[in-house]
Amino acid sequence: MRLELYLDLLSQPCRAVYIFAKKNDIPFKLCTTEVFKGQLLSKEFFQINRLRKVPVLKDGDFILTESSAILIYLSSKYQTADHWYPSDLQARARVHEYLGWHADCIRGTFGVPLWTRVMAPLIGVPVPEEKVQRNRTSMDRALQQLEDKFLGDRAFLAGQQVSLADLMALEELLQPVAVGYDLFEGRQRLAAWRERVEAFLGSDLLQETRGPILNILEQAVNKKVPNPPPEVYPYMLLRISRIP
Amino acid sequence: MKNGIPFELRSVELGRGEHLKPEFLKVNPLGKVPALKDGDFLLAESVAILLYLSRKYHAAAHWYPPELQACARVDEYLAWQHTAVQLPATNIYLCKSLLPYFSEQSVDPVCLDRLLGKLKPALQHLDREVLAAKPFLATEELSLADLMAFTELMQPTAVGCDVFQDWPRLAAWQARVEAALGPELVRDAHRLVLQPRDPRDAQRDPKLAQELVQRLLERLS
Repeated sequence: MRLELYLDLLSQPCRAVYIFAKKNDIPFKLCTTEVFKGQLLSKEFFQINRLRKVPVLKDGDFILTESSAILIYLSSKYQTADHWYPSDLQARARVHEYLGWHADCIRGTFGVPLWTRVMAPLIGVPVPEEKVQRNRTSMDRALQQLEDKFLGDRAFLAGQQVSLADLMALEELLQPVAVGYDLFEGRQRLAAWRERVEAFLGSDLLQETRGPILNILEQAVNKKVPNPPPEVYPYMLLRISRIP
Repeated sequence: MKNGIPFELRSVELGRGEHLKPEFLKVNPLGKVPALKDGDFLLAESVAILLYLSRKYHAAAHWYPPELQACARVDEYLAWQHTAVQLPATNIYLCKSLLPYFSEQSVDPVCLDRLLGKLKPALQHLDREVLAAKPFLATEELSLADLMAFTELMQPTAVGCDVFQDWPRLAAWQARVEAALGPELVRDAHRLVLQPRDPRDAQRDPKLAQELVQRLLERLS
C-alpha cells in the first residue's frame, strides 16, 4: 500500500511536507484535502484524523499528524541526505531548537494575513485594523529574532546547509508574501537566505507547490474565490476570533 | 535528574526579571528558560534540550524510542503540545499566580475561565482519545511526551487550578507518571511553583513589577 499524504497546499506546513517529499523523490499518493471546501469536516477524513487538520501522513495503517513529525519520519524512513536532519548531535539539536521556537513564534502568526486580507473579508467578517497592526508587530519581532538568532551570519537557519528548519520557515514566510505583504523588503539577510533556499529547492517544484496560494489573492480581487460551504463558517469564525 | 545526568543548576528567576538581563541574554538571546550550556554549546527550547540530553547521555530507550513509528509518536506529541497544551496551561498559571502577584490585584475570574476553556480541548483529546487507547501519551511506555505533559499540566495545578478534575483517565495517567518519576523528585522539581509567593518580593522593584504586569496583560488579553 502506497504512502498517502493528506495536504491542502494553501497551508504552510502542508507545502513544507509536499516540497520535502517531492525533492527527495519519495513516492506518495497526494490526497488533496481542501480546508475551505469543508473537506476536513467529512466523515471519511474524520477516520483519517479526528483532530480535523492537515497535513496527515498515512503509511499503511500508521497515521501521523504534525508537519515536523511527518518530516522527521520521512527523512528517517527514506534515509534522505544528512543535511535535512543531521545525525550529528549538536547539528540536530539546532534543528529542534528552531522547530521549538517556530511552533511558538511563527506558527499562528504568519498565517494571519491570509485571513485578514482574503478569507475574513470573503465571508463578510472584516478584521479590525488594530489587529492587523498587532500582527505586523508580531511578525516584525519574529523576523528580527529569525535574522539575528537563527540566521546570524550563517547560510541557513540551523547551520551551513539546508535543513527541515529552512523548509518550515520558508513556507510560513511565504504566506504573507503570497497575499501581498512583502516581508522580505528591507531585510537583506533574510531575502538572501530565501534566495539560497529557493535555489536549492528549484523553481519548478516551488511553482508547482505554490500554485494555489499564489493564485488566491488574484482570485479574491476578481471575486473568483469559491464561497466556503456553510459548515465551514463556524470554524472560520473561530479562527478569526483567535486573531489577537 | 532521573537519568543521573550530571549538571550544574543555574537559577534564573523570572520574577526578578533575570531572564531580561544581559548576562542571561548571552546564554539565550531569546530571553527564555530553559537554556543549556555544554562547554561552548548553547541550546534553548525545552524539547531540543530534552532530545539532546537523551541522546548525549544515552537515556533509556523508552524516553525517545529508536523505532521509527514509536519515535514519530513522541515527535507528534512534542510538536502538538506547544500550542495545544503548553501555551494555554502556561497562560492559566500566569493568570492565576504571576499576574495577581505583581499587579497586587485579585485573580480575574472571567480571564481565568476563558483561559481554562482554551486548555479544555487538549485535555478532552488526551483523556477521551489518546489515553483510551494506551497507558501513556505517545507509546506504551513513559516517554519524553509524558514528561513534557506532566510538567506543563503541573504548572496550573500547583497554583490551585486542578486541570485533572473532570478527566479520570488523565488523572490516572498523572498518578502513573508521578509514580514512575518518583514523588520526591517531582516535589523537588516543583518546589518553587508549589510554595506560596512572598508578597514583599513583588514590590522590591516596582518598575520591574510594572513592566512584567504590562507584558502579562498583553499576553493574556
